[in-house]
Amino acid sequence: MRTLSKIIKYQLNDVFRSKWVVVYTAFFFLISYGLLTFSHDSSKVLVSLLNVIIIVIPLISIVFGTIFLYNNKNAITFLLSQPVERKLLYIGLYLGLIIPLTLSFIIGTIIPVIIFFKVFNENFTTFLLLIGAGIFLTMIFGGIAFLISTYNEDRLRGLGISIFTWLLLSALYDGIVLLLLQVFQEYPLEKVSIALSILNPVDLARIIVILKFDVSALMGYTGAVFQNFFSGGLGFIIASSALLIWIILPLFMGMRKFIKKDF
Amino acid sequence: MINLSKHIIFFCVAVLFTQFNLTGGELQVGKSFQYKSVASAISASVNGDTIIINGGFYKEANLVIREKIILIGKNNPIIDGESRYNILSIFSDSVTVEGITFQNAGISFIEDNAAIKLDSVKHCIIRNNTFINNFFGVYLAEASYCTITGNSISAQSKKETQSGNGIHLWYCKNILIENNSIEGHRDGIYFEFVESSIIKHNFSFENLRYGLHFMFSDSCTYSENRFEDNGAGVAVMFTHRITMVNNEFIHNWGSASFGILLKEITDSKIENNYFYKNTSGIYLEGCNRIIIANNDFIENGWALRLMANSMDNIFRENNFIGNSFDIATNNTKNYNLFEYNYWSEYSGYDINKDGIGDIPYRPVKLFSLIVERNKPTLLLLRSFFAEILNYAERVFPALTPKKLVDNSPAMQRLQ
Repeated sequence: MRTLSKIIKYQLNDVFRSKWVVVYTAFFFLISYGLLTFSHDSSKVLVSLLNVIIIVIPLISIVFGTIFLYNNKNAITFLLSQPVERKLLYIGLYLGLIIPLTLSFIIGTIIPVIIFFKVFNENFTTFLLLIGAGIFLTMIFGGIAFLISTYNEDRLRGLGISIFTWLLLSALYDGIVLLLLQVFQEYPLEKVSIALSILNPVDLARIIVILKFDVSALMGYTGAVFQNFFSGGLGFIIASSALLIWIILPLFMGMRKFIKKDF
Repeated sequence: MINLSKHIIFFCVAVLFTQFNLTGGELQVGKSFQYKSVASAISASVNGDTIIINGGFYKEANLVIREKIILIGKNNPIIDGESRYNILSIFSDSVTVEGITFQNAGISFIEDNAAIKLDSVKHCIIRNNTFINNFFGVYLAEASYCTITGNSISAQSKKETQSGNGIHLWYCKNILIENNSIEGHRDGIYFEFVESSIIKHNFSFENLRYGLHFMFSDSCTYSENRFEDNGAGVAVMFTHRITMVNNEFIHNWGSASFGILLKEITDSKIENNYFYKNTSGIYLEGCNRIIIANNDFIENGWALRLMANSMDNIFRENNFIGNSFDIATNNTKNYNLFEYNYWSEYSGYDINKDGIGDIPYRPVKLFSLIVERNKPTLLLLRSFFAEILNYAERVFPALTPKKLVDNSPAMQRLQ
C-alpha cells in the first residue's frame, strides 16, 4: 500500500507540475461559467454540458492517457528495475492519471455552479448525475488508453488507435445503431436497442442523463420501455455493472499485458 | 265616496302585490326552517322567488326547476346524488344557482347524469358552486346567454369510460365560462356545436383526457386559461374562426400528449400563449390560414408538429427556446410562412445590427425527420452522431424541406 501511495504521489507531483491540468480545469470552468452567464435556464445549461461531457471527456482522457504512458516510459523502466510490484505500478500510474483528470473536471464544472447556485435549484440531481457520468467516462477512457498504449510500442500507432477508438464509440457506433434501426424498423427493436446502448459506455452515460430530462415521454413506446428498464432496480444494477465492467475490463487486460511485458 | 276609497285601496293592494311578486318571495330551506327539503321548496316556488338553502346535508336528487327562481346556498349546503342520480335539472330561463356544493351525481351509461343540467334555457347563471365527484359537472344543452363562473369542479375519475366532463356544452350559443377550476374529469371543458362563446381565466388540470375539448364550435374565444397536466392536453377540432390568446399550456406530458392538438382549423388566431414542457406544443393537421404569433414555446419535446396538409399558416415573432425539436414535419415542401421568430438554436450573425439574423434558419433538422419516420431512433437524441448529421444537412440541405425556412430570424428573445 505504501508503495502504491508513493507512486501516486510521484505521479501527481509530475502531473501538477505540467500545465495541462490547469488548462483542462480552465476549459471546464470557462464552458460551465460561460453557459451559465449566457443562459440562466438550468436545463439548457445541462443539455449543453452533456454535449461537452460526452464528446470532450472521452477524447481528452483517451488521448492524454495514451501519451501519458508513452511519456513516462523511462520512468517506468527505471521503477521496474527497483523492487516494485508491476501490478501496483500499473494501478498507481492509472490513479495518477485519473485523479487529476477527475478533479479538474469536477472543480472546473462545479465552481460556476456554486456561484450560480440559484439556477440549479430544481435540476440539482440531474447535475450530480451528469458529474457522475463524467467521472465514469474519465475512468473508462483512461483505462482504455492504458490498454492501448501497453499493447502498442509505437507511439504514433497507439495514438491513432486511441483516436479511432474514441471516434468509434462516440460517433461511428451510433451510426451503425441508426443503420440497424432503419434496416430492421419493421421489427420490435426496444430490447435490442437497450442492449446496444449498454454495450457502448458513451451511449449509456448519455441515455441515463437524458432520461432524467423526461425525454422518455417524447419517445412513446420506446421511451416507456427505456424508462421502465433504467428506473427499475434490475435495470439500474445492469446499467451500473455495465459501467463498472467497462472500467475494470480494459484495466485488467492492460494490467495483464503490463505484467508480462518485456520493457 | 266609500266606493272610491275602496277602489283606491284595492288598487294599492294590487300594486303592492305585483311589487311583491316582482322582487319575489324568500323560501328558506333547512332543518329548522319552513321547508325541510329542497324539493318541497322548489315545488312551492313561483317565478321570481328566491330559495335560500341553509347549511346542511341534503340527500336529494332529480330536482327539477321550471320557474324563474334563484337558488342560493348559505353556510355551504351539500346536495348529494348518492352516486346514482342526476341532481338538478333546469328547464326555465333566468335561473341562478349560487354557493351550493353538489356531490356524487351518479355514473350512468344510458343517461348523462350531471350535477346541474341546463336544457334549452337562456340567461341562467351558475356561480361560485362546488362540484365534487360528479359524473358530469355542469351540462348545458341548447342553452344560450348563460354564465358559468367561479365554480370549483373536481372528480377522482380513474377511467375515461367511467367519467364525464367538468363543463359540458352541446349546441349552445353565447355562453361565458369564467374563473372556474376543473380537475379529474374526462374532459375539463367540452364544447360541441357551440357558437360565439367565451372561455376565460379557467384552470383545467389533471383531467384524464383533454383539458379543453372543442369541436364544431365556430367563432369562440378562449383566453387567459391555464391547462396543466392533462392526459392529452387540449384538442380543438373542425372549427373556424377561433381565437386563442394568453393561455398557458403546461406540462401536458405523455407519449400521446399535446399542448394543443389542432385538426381541421381555419381562419383562426393563436397569440401570446405560453407552451412549457409539453410533449408537442402545437400539433397541426389540416389547418389553414391560422396566425400563430408572439407565443413562447419553451422546453417542449416538439414545439410544432406540422403535418403536410396544413397550408397558408403564418408563424410570426414566436420564441422557440430549448425544445428538443423545434419543428417536425412529414412534408418535403412547405406552404407556410415563418418570419421574425426567435430560435434559441440559431447560430447565425447580424452584421448590420438590425436585430435580424443575416442567414436564414432552417428549423427542421435531419434527425427530427428521421425520428418522425422511425421512432426508436430517438435513442440517439443529443448524440454526437445526430449532431453531425444535422450539421451536414444544414450545410447541404437534401432531405429536409428546402422552403421551410425562417428568412428573418430574430437575434434576441422577443418580449
